[in-house]
Amino acid sequence: MPFATCLFLLCAVVPVCDAAAGEEDIWGVSNSSSQNTEGQEQNNSGLPIVTFRWNHVQTPFLVSVWIIVGCLLCKLNLVFELNHRVTNIFPESGLLILIGFVLGGIVWGADKKATFALQPTTFFYYLLPQIILDAGYCMPNKLFFSNMGAILVYAVIGTCWNAGAVGISLWGCYEGGAMGHLEIGFLQFLLFGSLLSAVDPVAVIAVFEEVHVNEVLFILVFGESLLNDGVTVVLYNVCDAFVSLGAAKINAAEIIKGIISFFVVAFGGALVGVIFAIILCLLTRCTKNIQIIEAGFIFVISYLSYLTAEMLSLSAIMAITFCGVCSQKYINVNMDERSVNTVRYAMKVFANGSETMIFVFLGISAIDPAIWVWNTGFILLTLLFVFVYRIMGVFFLTWFLNKTRLVPVETIEQVIMSYGGLRGGVAYALATVLDPVKIKEKNLMLCTTFLVIYFTVVLQGVTMKPLVKWLKVKRSAQSELKLIEKLNNRTFEHTLCAVEDICGRIGDNWWIRGWNRFEQKWICRYLMKPSARKSQDYLFGVFHQLNLEDAVNYVSEGERRGSLAFMRSEDAASVDFKKKFGTDMSDIMPDIMRTHFDVSPRASVPSVSLEIHENDTKNLRNNNDVNVHHLLQQHLYKSRKHHRHKYSRSHFSINQSEDEVQEIFQRTMRSRLESFKSAKMGVAPAKKISKHPQKDRQQKMSNGKSLDKSKAHPYGDEDFEFSDGNSASGGEAATYQTPYATRCKRYVAYSKTGTGIVNRAFMPEMDTPPTMRTPPWLSQAETDGSVAPSQRAQRSLPWSPSNIRRLAPLRISNRSTDSFIMADVVKPPENPEDRNSRRDET
Amino acid sequence: MGSRGSTLSKIPNVDKLMQETGFSQAHIIRLHDRFRALDNDEKGYLCPQDFEAIKELAMNPIGDRIIGAFFAQGPQQETVDFNSFVKVLAHFRPTDKNRPKESTSPDPINSRTNKLKFAFQLYDQDKDGKISRDELLQVLRAMLEMQVTEEQLESITDRTIQESDTDRDNAISFEEFRKSLDKVNIEHKMSIRFLR
Repeated sequence: MPFATCLFLLCAVVPVCDAAAGEEDIWGVSNSSSQNTEGQEQNNSGLPIVTFRWNHVQTPFLVSVWIIVGCLLCKLNLVFELNHRVTNIFPESGLLILIGFVLGGIVWGADKKATFALQPTTFFYYLLPQIILDAGYCMPNKLFFSNMGAILVYAVIGTCWNAGAVGISLWGCYEGGAMGHLEIGFLQFLLFGSLLSAVDPVAVIAVFEEVHVNEVLFILVFGESLLNDGVTVVLYNVCDAFVSLGAAKINAAEIIKGIISFFVVAFGGALVGVIFAIILCLLTRCTKNIQIIEAGFIFVISYLSYLTAEMLSLSAIMAITFCGVCSQKYINVNMDERSVNTVRYAMKVFANGSETMIFVFLGISAIDPAIWVWNTGFILLTLLFVFVYRIMGVFFLTWFLNKTRLVPVETIEQVIMSYGGLRGGVAYALATVLDPVKIKEKNLMLCTTFLVIYFTVVLQGVTMKPLVKWLKVKRSAQSELKLIEKLNNRTFEHTLCAVEDICGRIGDNWWIRGWNRFEQKWICRYLMKPSARKSQDYLFGVFHQLNLEDAVNYVSEGERRGSLAFMRSEDAASVDFKKKFGTDMSDIMPDIMRTHFDVSPRASVPSVSLEIHENDTKNLRNNNDVNVHHLLQQHLYKSRKHHRHKYSRSHFSINQSEDEVQEIFQRTMRSRLESFKSAKMGVAPAKKISKHPQKDRQQKMSNGKSLDKSKAHPYGDEDFEFSDGNSASGGEAATYQTPYATRCKRYVAYSKTGTGIVNRAFMPEMDTPPTMRTPPWLSQAETDGSVAPSQRAQRSLPWSPSNIRRLAPLRISNRSTDSFIMADVVKPPENPEDRNSRRDET
Repeated sequence: MGSRGSTLSKIPNVDKLMQETGFSQAHIIRLHDRFRALDNDEKGYLCPQDFEAIKELAMNPIGDRIIGAFFAQGPQQETVDFNSFVKVLAHFRPTDKNRPKESTSPDPINSRTNKLKFAFQLYDQDKDGKISRDELLQVLRAMLEMQVTEEQLESITDRTIQESDTDRDNAISFEEFRKSLDKVNIEHKMSIRFLR
């Protein structure tokens, strides 16, 4: 099957490219004639029904076709992904270049000239920004800034070293006569060196993401490649200015000016980025009511930062990088969660798309005999120097940095770093920008750039993975999120700060703490939404996330075991809507999260309930579908009635009727009321004693019952729970009577008209008006309302310690431990009325 | 060099101290200066009050525990002399792989285990070799900001204990502690750069 898809895609891609090329060929050449024929047709037949107007749509059409081709190529990569042998050997970027060769060959074969070549304007204005923005926006912030010094050293000094060393060495070899006669002066060599010095983030990300090296190494290489793009462009511009100035006019003053301009341009760009990041944060701070377009802001503002920096002749790449890096934290908090996801996905789509395009075009552009000028000495020496000086630079700088680094960069990592000096699109685009008037040997340079790119991306890219494996570079460890680790990290931070204080010296931790305080005090105040600022502590966030994970596991575990019965309790539902409405999670989590780990001191108890549960699940597995249906009916608000599909440009409506909102409100209020009550009263000891025998009896009864009756009775205990929960809410409905009553009516109507499965749970409510249903057990349910849900949850948990190992025994202070003991022992209290009704039914 | 030598000569057992802690002469001198600066009345030892005088430390949520750690090294001592002061700080010296391991000291103070032990005793205030629920709760209460309610704190505590508690005694022993932090790079996280 995968093979078939692969073939299909291949078939799809080739004609598309061919068609694009062909069309370009035909219509590009015979534009005028086609217009003529159209006009003639019009004259002949009067009103034309359809006309063929290629010229109107030519450009966007071609762009779209190319994008489609690019996307298909991405897909193609996915298909290759299935064929692991290919991707294991070949990195994606190299593969794309090869595909580019093929496509370029097709185009050239059809056209006899290179129709498509990557224009530098297209590259710099339309393809590069989103890649850099994506890189900046998804940058692991903390890691980036904690390694900022090293990254800057590599990016600035390393790049200058690369440029200078390559340029000077080439010039030296040229003077030595290694490459015959070329019309290249010293400055041109420097220019060439500077354009080749950029380690390309696109290529680096593409390769390093596949090999999964450890995070410090990754951030070093990645951060370096990102920043040195900016540096390269600046360096290139300075050298270019020198070339135009001519060697004669260059004196010390000019050189100093060049150096100053280098720093001004690079750091000015970063400053522009930071300013735009601040603007972006302020904007997202007040987009609460226009969530649908706030995602768009991110792109537009970031792009504006790029253009503004370009306009001020500052480093645009630096600007957009810093815009992304600095704003990410705040905008992610400010924006709605859905908008954040939108931004992430859209950014990835754009970045991946243009990445694909760049690599394909790097392949396609090479199929042009005009640019291929061979000069063995020049080309080979360039390759050699680029390779060697990268290694030398990395090793020297790392040696220097390791003197002060807490975590020294190991030799193996240095090898990988220097080997990962991949050149890419930036170098190519800069090479095409070269002015053929000033630089006579432009084509030789372009061709050499191509070869350097191919050599690094394809050859080094291919060998990178084996090298990483062979050298046993520390890979990134995928560890699961652990609360205790995070807690200890926090402790370590405080400890280190304290020790620095005791030592009386200002160290890293002092700075980090200072920054954190500053951020807390000032930045958050101005750049974050007030509501977001009050958000919970980080540790609590981790806790929350873990709980969410558990809840998801819990559900999938239930589905795997074939029964969702244990979710039937109200607690599961309350998870949903509480999460949705941002209510505090903690008061519900204990109910779902409770496992038998909780009862370790009372180890004999859970075995009983385990048995009970096994019985339950055995029976319930048979009527899985019914259960699911039930579940949906009971808990998913949306499914109770038809969606009213509304179209709105600015809102995703959450089809909620007034009734639903009110019901949610009621439920929330009820649970709050319960927890409040139980907090206030606690559990009265007298009652507790009196309850025990009763519950034991109930347990025996229900145990026996579920054994012998449940087969005859498909819904089993679930309906009890069901009506149990509803009867409680029925009691509440005494207070909020009207909406509830209407809902009951709706249920009735629903069950009559609808689905064939009559939901018996609602029958009692039909029979008795809500006001009448204030039965005796209600007072009990009210006073220790916390007990009932916990018992239900307890009884209906799937006992699978291996699978839901992490489900935590959570305890809430206002619920006494006694209630837990009972929770372990007892079956859920069955309402007398329910029992009766059940007996009647059976 | 003269002043340096004289400072060193004032410290008893300097060589042994340097060998045990792995600090260089410069570090020892620097720490000695700091020690004397902290020691207000030139007693020759530090009491808890001396530590509490450090302003930033007073603001540290677990500052008192860290101060306590200085006094917990020996058997119930109320004062810290320079040697134990340095030995405590030696926990935070980065581990260096390049330096050849001295055969005399199989487990240097800044080894992973010792770093972990230091962290462990920050939690384990009653020194029973276990972090109980209450002890953990106290630490969490100190470290988490006020936004978290007491209930949430308790559930976080429970969860944390449950994550590492393999023998189900509702407390974390040192072994469990070590195991649960297996993947954490303690060598880096419990090290300070300038003590290198």
